[in-house]
Amino acid sequence: MKIKKTFIDPLVDNNPITRQVLGICSALAVTVKVEQALVMTLALTFVVTMSNTIISLLRNYISPSIRIIVQLTVISTLVSLIDIFLGAYMYDVSKSLSVFVSLIITNCIVMGRADGFAMQNGIKESFIDGLGNGLGYGGILIIVAAFRELLGFGTLLDFRILPESMNNGLMILAPGAFIILGLIIWAQRSITAVVEE
Amino acid sequence: MNSKYVFILIITIVSSFFLSLASEGFKDKRNKNIEIDKKKNILSSIGLDIESFNISDIDNYFKNYIDTLIINLDGDVIDNISISDLYEIENKSTGEVKYYYNDNEYLPMYIETEKGVMIMPVSGKGLWSSLFGYFAIDTNNYSTVKGITFYAHGETPGLGAEISKKWFQNNFIGKEIYSLSNMLQSIVVVKGKAASHSKYEVDGISGATITSNGVTQLLDRDLKRYEPYFIKNRKR
Repeated sequence: MKIKKTFIDPLVDNNPITRQVLGICSALAVTVKVEQALVMTLALTFVVTMSNTIISLLRNYISPSIRIIVQLTVISTLVSLIDIFLGAYMYDVSKSLSVFVSLIITNCIVMGRADGFAMQNGIKESFIDGLGNGLGYGGILIIVAAFRELLGFGTLLDFRILPESMNNGLMILAPGAFIILGLIIWAQRSITAVVEE
Repeated sequence: MNSKYVFILIITIVSSFFLSLASEGFKDKRNKNIEIDKKKNILSSIGLDIESFNISDIDNYFKNYIDTLIINLDGDVIDNISISDLYEIENKSTGEVKYYYNDNEYLPMYIETEKGVMIMPVSGKGLWSSLFGYFAIDTNNYSTVKGITFYAHGETPGLGAEISKKWFQNNFIGKEIYSLSNMLQSIVVVKGKAASHSKYEVDGISGATITSNGVTQLLDRDLKRYEPYFIKNRKR
Protein backbone atom coordinates (compact mmCIF):
# COMPACT_ATOMS: atom_id res chain seq x y z
CA MET A 1 0.00 0.00 0.00
CA LYS A 2 2.78 2.37 0.92
CA ILE A 3 4.65 1.44 -2.25
CA LYS A 4 1.63 2.29 -4.35
CA LYS A 5 1.30 5.65 -2.63
CA THR A 6 5.00 6.35 -3.18
CA PHE A 7 4.43 5.84 -6.90
CA ILE A 8 1.06 7.57 -7.30
CA ASP A 9 1.74 10.62 -5.12
CA PRO A 10 4.29 12.41 -7.33
CA LEU A 11 2.18 11.80 -10.42
CA VAL A 12 -0.56 14.22 -9.37
CA ASP A 13 -1.01 15.25 -5.73
CA ASN A 14 2.65 15.87 -5.02
CA ASN A 15 3.78 16.49 -8.57
CA PRO A 16 7.31 17.94 -8.67
CA ILE A 17 6.35 20.60 -11.21
CA THR A 18 2.77 21.59 -10.45
CA ARG A 19 2.85 21.09 -6.68
CA GLN A 20 6.46 21.63 -5.63
CA VAL A 21 7.27 23.94 -8.58
CA LEU A 22 10.70 22.35 -9.16
CA GLY A 23 12.48 21.79 -12.46
CA ILE A 24 10.72 24.74 -14.11
CA CYS A 25 13.75 25.86 -16.12
CA SER A 26 13.93 22.70 -18.21
CA ALA A 27 10.13 22.49 -18.35
CA LEU A 28 10.13 25.80 -20.18
CA ALA A 29 13.07 25.05 -22.42
CA VAL A 30 12.43 21.59 -23.82
CA THR A 31 8.66 21.70 -24.31
CA VAL A 32 8.61 23.25 -27.78
CA LYS A 33 7.98 19.88 -29.40
CA VAL A 34 6.56 16.63 -28.04
CA GLU A 35 9.51 14.59 -29.30
CA GLN A 36 11.95 16.65 -27.23
CA ALA A 37 9.72 16.37 -24.18
CA LEU A 38 9.50 12.58 -24.59
CA VAL A 39 13.26 12.15 -24.79
CA MET A 40 13.76 14.51 -21.87
CA THR A 41 11.21 12.52 -19.85
CA LEU A 42 13.03 9.27 -20.53
CA ALA A 43 16.39 10.84 -19.70
CA LEU A 44 15.24 12.40 -16.46
CA THR A 45 13.28 9.32 -15.37
CA PHE A 46 16.36 7.17 -15.95
CA VAL A 47 18.58 9.56 -14.01
CA VAL A 48 16.29 10.09 -11.02
CA THR A 49 15.40 6.39 -10.75
CA MET A 50 18.99 5.22 -10.96
CA SER A 51 20.37 7.92 -8.69
CA ASN A 52 17.69 7.17 -6.09
CA THR A 53 18.53 3.47 -6.27
CA ILE A 54 22.29 3.96 -6.05
CA ILE A 55 22.10 6.54 -3.25
CA SER A 56 19.72 4.34 -1.30
CA LEU A 57 22.10 1.42 -1.77
CA LEU A 58 24.98 3.46 -0.40
CA ARG A 59 23.00 5.40 2.21
CA ASN A 60 24.44 3.59 5.23
CA TYR A 61 28.01 4.21 4.11
CA ILE A 62 27.70 7.86 3.18
CA SER A 63 29.02 10.12 5.91
CA PRO A 64 26.58 13.06 6.33
CA SER A 65 29.31 15.64 5.80
CA ILE A 66 30.08 14.45 2.28
CA ARG A 67 26.60 13.33 1.21
CA ILE A 68 26.04 16.18 -1.29
CA ILE A 69 29.36 15.48 -3.01
CA VAL A 70 28.53 11.79 -3.33
CA GLN A 71 25.05 12.53 -4.65
CA LEU A 72 26.38 15.00 -7.19
CA THR A 73 29.05 12.57 -8.37
CA VAL A 74 26.49 9.82 -8.90
CA ILE A 75 24.00 12.16 -10.62
CA SER A 76 26.52 13.77 -12.94
CA THR A 77 27.91 10.37 -13.93
CA LEU A 78 24.43 9.18 -14.89
CA VAL A 79 23.67 12.39 -16.80
CA SER A 80 26.93 12.18 -18.73
CA LEU A 81 26.14 8.57 -19.62
CA ILE A 82 22.76 9.63 -21.01
CA ASP A 83 24.38 12.48 -22.92
CA ILE A 84 26.92 10.13 -24.52
CA PHE A 85 24.20 7.63 -25.34
CA LEU A 86 21.97 10.26 -27.00
CA GLY A 87 24.91 11.59 -29.00
CA ALA A 88 25.49 8.11 -30.37
CA TYR A 89 21.95 6.93 -31.05
CA MET A 90 19.63 9.95 -31.26
CA TYR A 91 21.92 12.62 -32.65
CA ASP A 92 19.24 14.94 -34.02
CA VAL A 93 17.25 14.98 -30.81
CA SER A 94 20.40 15.41 -28.77
CA LYS A 95 21.27 18.41 -30.94
CA SER A 96 17.89 20.01 -30.38
CA LEU A 97 18.01 19.35 -26.63
CA SER A 98 21.52 20.83 -26.65
CA VAL A 99 22.64 21.83 -23.20
CA PHE A 100 19.48 20.81 -21.37
CA VAL A 101 20.45 17.18 -21.05
CA SER A 102 23.64 18.15 -19.21
CA LEU A 103 21.59 20.52 -17.09
CA ILE A 104 19.67 17.58 -15.60
CA ILE A 105 22.57 17.59 -13.14
CA THR A 106 21.26 20.80 -11.65
CA ASN A 107 17.61 19.77 -11.79
CA CYS A 108 16.26 20.24 -8.28
CA ILE A 109 14.02 17.18 -8.61
CA VAL A 110 16.96 14.79 -8.90
CA MET A 111 18.93 16.28 -6.02
CA GLY A 112 15.77 16.69 -3.96
CA ARG A 113 14.74 13.05 -4.27
CA ALA A 114 18.25 11.77 -3.62
CA ASP A 115 18.75 13.84 -0.50
CA GLY A 116 15.17 13.99 0.72
CA PHE A 117 14.02 10.44 0.03
CA ALA A 118 16.72 7.97 -0.99
CA MET A 119 18.96 8.82 1.97
CA GLN A 120 16.23 7.64 4.40
CA ASN A 121 14.47 4.85 2.52
CA GLY A 122 15.07 1.36 1.22
CA ILE A 123 16.14 0.45 -2.29
CA LYS A 124 12.72 -0.67 -3.48
CA GLU A 125 10.91 2.42 -2.21
CA SER A 126 13.59 4.70 -3.61
CA PHE A 127 13.39 3.05 -7.00
CA ILE A 128 9.61 3.47 -7.10
CA ASP A 129 9.86 7.03 -5.81
CA GLY A 130 12.32 7.91 -8.55
CA LEU A 131 10.13 6.34 -11.20
CA GLY A 132 7.06 8.20 -9.91
CA ASN A 133 8.82 11.55 -9.80
CA GLY A 134 10.39 11.13 -13.21
CA LEU A 135 7.07 10.26 -14.78
CA GLY A 136 5.26 12.98 -12.83
CA TYR A 137 7.72 15.52 -14.21
CA GLY A 138 7.54 14.02 -17.68
CA GLY A 139 3.76 13.87 -17.74
CA ILE A 140 3.51 17.62 -17.24
CA LEU A 141 6.31 18.18 -19.76
CA ILE A 142 4.46 16.20 -22.40
CA ILE A 143 1.15 17.96 -21.73
CA VAL A 144 2.80 21.39 -22.02
CA ALA A 145 4.71 20.31 -25.14
CA ALA A 146 1.54 18.96 -26.76
CA PHE A 147 -0.20 22.33 -26.35
CA ARG A 148 2.84 24.27 -27.54
CA GLU A 149 3.51 22.11 -30.58
CA LEU A 150 -0.17 22.00 -31.56
CA LEU A 151 -0.71 25.75 -31.20
CA GLY A 152 2.76 26.87 -32.25
CA PHE A 153 3.45 24.59 -35.21
CA GLY A 154 0.04 23.01 -35.83
CA THR A 155 1.57 19.54 -35.50
CA LEU A 156 1.81 16.72 -32.96
CA LEU A 157 4.96 14.59 -33.14
CA ASP A 158 5.55 16.33 -36.50
CA PHE A 159 2.22 15.07 -37.82
CA ARG A 160 0.21 18.01 -39.17
CA ILE A 161 -3.15 18.58 -37.46
CA LEU A 162 -3.92 22.30 -37.79
CA PRO A 163 -3.19 24.37 -40.93
CA GLU A 164 -0.01 26.41 -40.90
CA SER A 165 -1.99 29.66 -41.02
CA MET A 166 -3.19 29.05 -37.46
CA ASN A 167 0.33 28.89 -35.98
CA ASN A 168 0.84 31.12 -32.97
CA GLY A 169 4.44 32.28 -32.61
CA LEU A 170 4.01 33.09 -28.93
CA MET A 171 3.65 29.39 -28.11
CA ILE A 172 7.12 28.65 -29.47
CA LEU A 173 8.71 31.20 -27.17
CA ALA A 174 9.25 30.83 -23.42
CA PRO A 175 6.22 32.98 -22.44
CA GLY A 176 3.97 30.42 -24.13
CA ALA A 177 5.34 27.76 -21.80
CA PHE A 178 4.81 30.00 -18.78
CA ILE A 179 1.18 30.60 -19.72
CA ILE A 180 0.38 26.92 -20.37
CA LEU A 181 2.19 25.81 -17.23
CA GLY A 182 0.40 28.44 -15.16
CA LEU A 183 -2.97 27.34 -16.51
CA ILE A 184 -2.20 23.69 -15.70
CA ILE A 185 -1.15 24.55 -12.14
CA TRP A 186 -4.25 26.69 -11.73
CA ALA A 187 -6.52 23.95 -13.03
CA GLN A 188 -4.94 21.31 -10.80
CA ARG A 189 -5.07 23.42 -7.68
CA SER A 190 -8.66 24.46 -8.14
CA ILE A 191 -9.62 20.80 -8.53
CA THR A 192 -7.61 19.55 -5.53
CA ALA A 193 -8.31 22.77 -3.57
CA VAL A 194 -4.69 23.06 -2.44
CA VAL A 195 -3.72 26.55 -1.35
CA GLU A 196 -0.14 27.61 -0.72
CA GLU A 197 0.26 29.02 2.80
CA MET B 1 37.80 9.73 10.06
CA ASN B 2 39.72 8.78 6.95
CA SER B 3 37.09 6.37 5.73
CA LYS B 4 35.03 9.10 4.09
CA TYR B 5 37.98 10.14 1.95
CA VAL B 6 38.49 6.55 0.90
CA PHE B 7 34.77 6.30 0.20
CA ILE B 8 34.60 9.39 -2.02
CA LEU B 9 37.79 8.26 -3.77
CA ILE B 10 36.24 4.90 -4.59
CA ILE B 11 33.02 6.53 -5.83
CA THR B 12 34.97 8.89 -8.06
CA ILE B 13 37.14 6.15 -9.53
CA VAL B 14 34.19 3.87 -10.23
CA SER B 15 32.28 6.74 -11.88
CA SER B 16 35.22 7.75 -14.03
CA PHE B 17 35.71 4.15 -15.07
CA PHE B 18 32.13 3.87 -16.35
CA LEU B 19 32.29 7.24 -18.05
CA SER B 20 35.49 6.57 -19.92
CA LEU B 21 34.17 3.16 -20.92
CA ALA B 22 31.00 4.70 -22.37
CA SER B 23 32.83 7.59 -23.97
CA GLU B 24 35.33 5.31 -25.71
CA GLY B 25 32.69 2.76 -26.66
CA PHE B 26 30.41 5.28 -28.35
CA LYS B 27 33.10 7.53 -29.79
CA ASP B 28 33.06 6.13 -33.32
CA LYS B 29 29.30 6.26 -33.53
CA ARG B 30 29.20 9.83 -32.32
CA ASN B 31 31.93 11.01 -34.68
CA LYS B 32 30.11 9.33 -37.53
CA ASN B 33 26.93 11.22 -36.59
CA ILE B 34 28.77 14.53 -36.57
CA GLU B 35 30.36 13.79 -39.93
CA ILE B 36 27.03 12.79 -41.49
CA ASP B 37 25.37 15.86 -40.08
CA LYS B 38 28.01 18.06 -41.68
CA LYS B 39 27.69 16.30 -45.03
CA LYS B 40 23.91 16.61 -44.85
CA ASN B 41 24.21 20.36 -44.46
CA ILE B 42 26.65 20.68 -47.32
CA LEU B 43 24.36 18.69 -49.59
CA SER B 44 21.23 20.56 -48.62
CA SER B 45 22.93 23.87 -49.44
CA ILE B 46 22.96 22.87 -53.10
CA GLY B 47 19.24 22.19 -53.03
CA LEU B 48 19.15 18.41 -52.67
CA ASP B 49 16.14 17.03 -50.79
CA ILE B 50 18.17 15.64 -47.95
CA GLU B 51 15.23 14.11 -46.04
CA SER B 52 14.93 11.39 -48.68
CA PHE B 53 18.60 10.39 -48.28
CA ASN B 54 19.71 7.70 -45.88
CA ILE B 55 23.18 7.54 -44.37
CA SER B 56 24.75 5.45 -47.12
CA ASP B 57 23.17 7.67 -49.84
CA ILE B 58 24.85 10.65 -48.26
CA ASP B 59 28.20 8.89 -48.06
CA ASN B 60 27.94 7.71 -51.66
CA TYR B 61 26.92 11.09 -52.99
CA PHE B 62 29.84 12.63 -51.20
CA LYS B 63 32.27 10.04 -52.50
CA ASN B 64 31.06 10.31 -56.10
CA TYR B 65 30.31 13.97 -56.64
CA ILE B 66 31.97 16.10 -53.99
CA ASP B 67 35.61 17.17 -54.13
CA THR B 68 37.28 19.21 -51.45
CA LEU B 69 39.60 22.02 -52.38
CA ILE B 70 41.95 24.16 -50.32
CA ILE B 71 43.01 27.59 -51.53
CA ASN B 72 45.33 30.18 -50.04
CA LEU B 73 44.38 33.80 -49.49
CA ASP B 74 45.56 34.71 -52.99
CA GLY B 75 43.08 32.29 -54.50
CA ASP B 76 45.61 29.67 -55.60
CA VAL B 77 44.70 26.01 -55.20
CA ILE B 78 46.94 24.19 -52.73
CA ASP B 79 47.29 20.49 -53.48
CA ASN B 80 49.40 19.16 -50.67
CA ILE B 81 47.02 19.98 -47.80
CA SER B 82 43.80 18.09 -47.15
CA ILE B 83 40.78 19.55 -45.44
CA SER B 84 41.31 17.43 -42.34
CA ASP B 85 44.74 19.05 -41.80
CA LEU B 86 43.18 22.45 -41.23
CA TYR B 87 42.27 23.61 -37.76
CA GLU B 88 39.60 26.20 -37.12
CA ILE B 89 39.79 29.29 -34.96
CA GLU B 90 36.57 31.14 -34.29
CA ASN B 91 36.61 34.82 -33.45
CA LYS B 92 33.95 34.82 -30.73
CA SER B 93 32.99 38.46 -31.14
CA THR B 94 32.48 38.43 -34.91
CA GLY B 95 31.68 34.76 -35.45
CA GLU B 96 34.30 34.66 -38.20
CA VAL B 97 36.04 31.31 -38.59
CA LYS B 98 39.58 31.14 -39.95
CA TYR B 99 41.34 27.99 -41.06
CA TYR B 100 45.01 27.44 -40.39
CA TYR B 101 47.71 24.94 -41.19
CA ASN B 102 51.23 25.54 -39.87
CA ASP B 103 50.24 29.11 -38.94
CA ASN B 104 49.28 29.94 -42.53
CA GLU B 105 45.70 30.81 -43.27
CA TYR B 106 43.83 28.83 -45.92
CA LEU B 107 40.24 28.65 -47.15
CA PRO B 108 38.41 25.35 -47.64
CA MET B 109 35.66 24.69 -50.17
CA TYR B 110 33.67 21.83 -51.64
CA ILE B 111 33.04 21.36 -55.34
CA GLU B 112 30.01 19.43 -56.53
CA THR B 113 31.20 18.06 -59.84
CA GLU B 114 27.95 16.90 -61.43
CA LYS B 115 25.96 20.13 -61.26
CA GLY B 116 29.00 22.37 -61.06
CA VAL B 117 28.49 24.01 -57.70
CA MET B 118 31.01 25.46 -55.30
CA ILE B 119 30.14 25.33 -51.60
CA MET B 120 31.88 27.48 -49.02
CA PRO B 121 31.47 27.61 -45.26
CA VAL B 122 30.16 30.93 -43.95
CA SER B 123 29.80 32.17 -40.40
CA GLY B 124 29.11 35.35 -38.51
CA LYS B 125 27.26 36.96 -35.66
CA GLY B 126 23.49 37.13 -35.19
CA LEU B 127 21.71 38.62 -32.22
CA TRP B 128 22.50 36.03 -29.54
CA SER B 129 24.90 33.67 -31.17
CA SER B 130 27.29 32.80 -33.97
CA LEU B 131 25.63 31.61 -37.17
CA PHE B 132 27.25 28.79 -39.12
CA GLY B 133 26.25 27.76 -42.59
CA TYR B 134 27.17 26.90 -46.15
CA PHE B 135 26.76 29.06 -49.22
CA ALA B 136 26.68 27.56 -52.70
CA ILE B 137 27.33 29.25 -56.05
CA ASP B 138 27.41 28.06 -59.64
CA THR B 139 30.92 27.28 -60.95
CA ASN B 140 29.92 28.28 -64.50
CA ASN B 141 30.03 31.96 -63.68
CA TYR B 142 30.90 32.09 -59.96
CA SER B 143 27.98 34.42 -59.53
CA THR B 144 24.62 32.65 -59.49
CA VAL B 145 23.60 31.51 -56.01
CA LYS B 146 22.52 27.88 -55.75
CA GLY B 147 21.56 27.89 -52.10
CA ILE B 148 22.37 28.59 -48.48
CA THR B 149 21.91 26.68 -45.24
CA PHE B 150 22.43 27.50 -41.60
CA TYR B 151 23.11 24.46 -39.46
CA ALA B 152 24.09 25.94 -36.12
CA HIS B 153 22.84 29.05 -34.37
CA GLY B 154 21.19 30.10 -31.13
CA GLU B 155 18.72 32.68 -32.42
CA THR B 156 15.18 33.20 -31.08
CA PRO B 157 12.77 30.51 -32.30
CA GLY B 158 10.13 32.00 -34.58
CA LEU B 159 12.20 35.14 -35.20
CA GLY B 160 15.95 34.96 -35.90
CA ALA B 161 15.81 31.17 -36.07
CA GLU B 162 13.81 31.51 -39.28
CA ILE B 163 17.20 31.68 -41.05
CA SER B 164 17.28 27.90 -40.86
CA LYS B 165 13.85 27.65 -42.52
CA LYS B 166 13.24 26.79 -46.18
CA TRP B 167 11.27 29.96 -47.01
CA PHE B 168 14.18 32.18 -46.04
CA GLN B 169 16.87 30.06 -47.66
CA ASN B 170 14.91 29.59 -50.90
CA ASN B 171 14.93 33.36 -51.42
CA PHE B 172 18.65 33.22 -52.13
CA ILE B 173 18.42 30.74 -54.99
CA GLY B 174 19.01 32.41 -58.36
CA LYS B 175 20.44 35.64 -56.94
CA GLU B 176 23.79 36.93 -58.19
CA ILE B 177 26.93 37.99 -56.35
CA TYR B 178 28.53 39.76 -59.32
CA SER B 179 27.05 42.97 -60.70
CA LEU B 180 26.72 43.69 -64.42
CA SER B 181 29.88 45.78 -64.22
CA ASN B 182 31.67 42.68 -62.96
CA MET B 183 32.11 43.81 -59.36
CA LEU B 184 31.57 41.53 -56.39
CA GLN B 185 28.29 42.61 -54.84
CA SER B 186 27.13 40.58 -51.90
CA ILE B 187 23.50 39.83 -51.24
CA VAL B 188 21.69 42.11 -48.82
CA VAL B 189 18.95 40.89 -46.51
CA VAL B 190 16.71 43.94 -46.53
CA LYS B 191 14.22 45.11 -43.93
CA GLY B 192 10.80 44.03 -45.15
CA LYS B 193 10.29 42.92 -48.74
CA ALA B 194 13.08 42.94 -51.31
CA ALA B 195 12.55 44.98 -54.47
CA SER B 196 10.98 42.70 -57.04
CA HIS B 197 13.39 41.39 -59.70
CA SER B 198 16.35 42.52 -57.62
CA LYS B 199 19.22 40.11 -58.09
CA TYR B 200 21.06 41.34 -55.02
CA GLU B 201 18.41 41.56 -52.30
CA VAL B 202 16.32 39.04 -50.37
CA ASP B 203 13.35 39.49 -48.01
CA GLY B 204 14.22 40.19 -44.39
CA ILE B 205 12.74 38.48 -41.36
CA SER B 206 10.29 40.70 -39.55
CA GLY B 207 11.21 41.07 -35.89
CA ALA B 208 14.74 39.86 -36.52
CA THR B 209 16.57 42.85 -37.97
CA ILE B 210 19.82 42.14 -36.18
CA THR B 211 19.92 38.52 -37.33
CA SER B 212 19.10 39.67 -40.88
CA ASN B 213 21.89 42.26 -40.77
CA GLY B 214 24.21 39.57 -39.42
CA VAL B 215 23.52 37.42 -42.48
CA THR B 216 24.20 40.39 -44.77
CA GLN B 217 27.49 41.11 -43.05
CA LEU B 218 28.75 37.55 -42.88
CA LEU B 219 28.05 36.98 -46.59
CA ASP B 220 29.82 40.20 -47.54
CA ARG B 221 32.86 39.40 -45.42
CA ASP B 222 33.19 35.75 -46.36
CA LEU B 223 32.61 36.34 -50.08
CA LYS B 224 35.41 38.91 -50.06
CA ARG B 225 37.77 36.31 -48.61
CA TYR B 226 37.07 34.05 -51.56
CA GLU B 227 37.11 36.88 -54.11
CA PRO B 228 40.70 36.25 -55.34
CA TYR B 229 39.63 32.72 -56.28
CA PHE B 230 36.53 33.99 -58.09
CA ILE B 231 38.59 36.50 -60.05
CA LYS B 232 41.06 33.83 -61.17
CA ASN B 233 38.35 31.42 -62.24
CA ARG B 234 35.62 33.60 -63.68
CA LYS B 235 35.15 33.33 -67.42
CA ARG B 236 34.86 36.72 -68.93
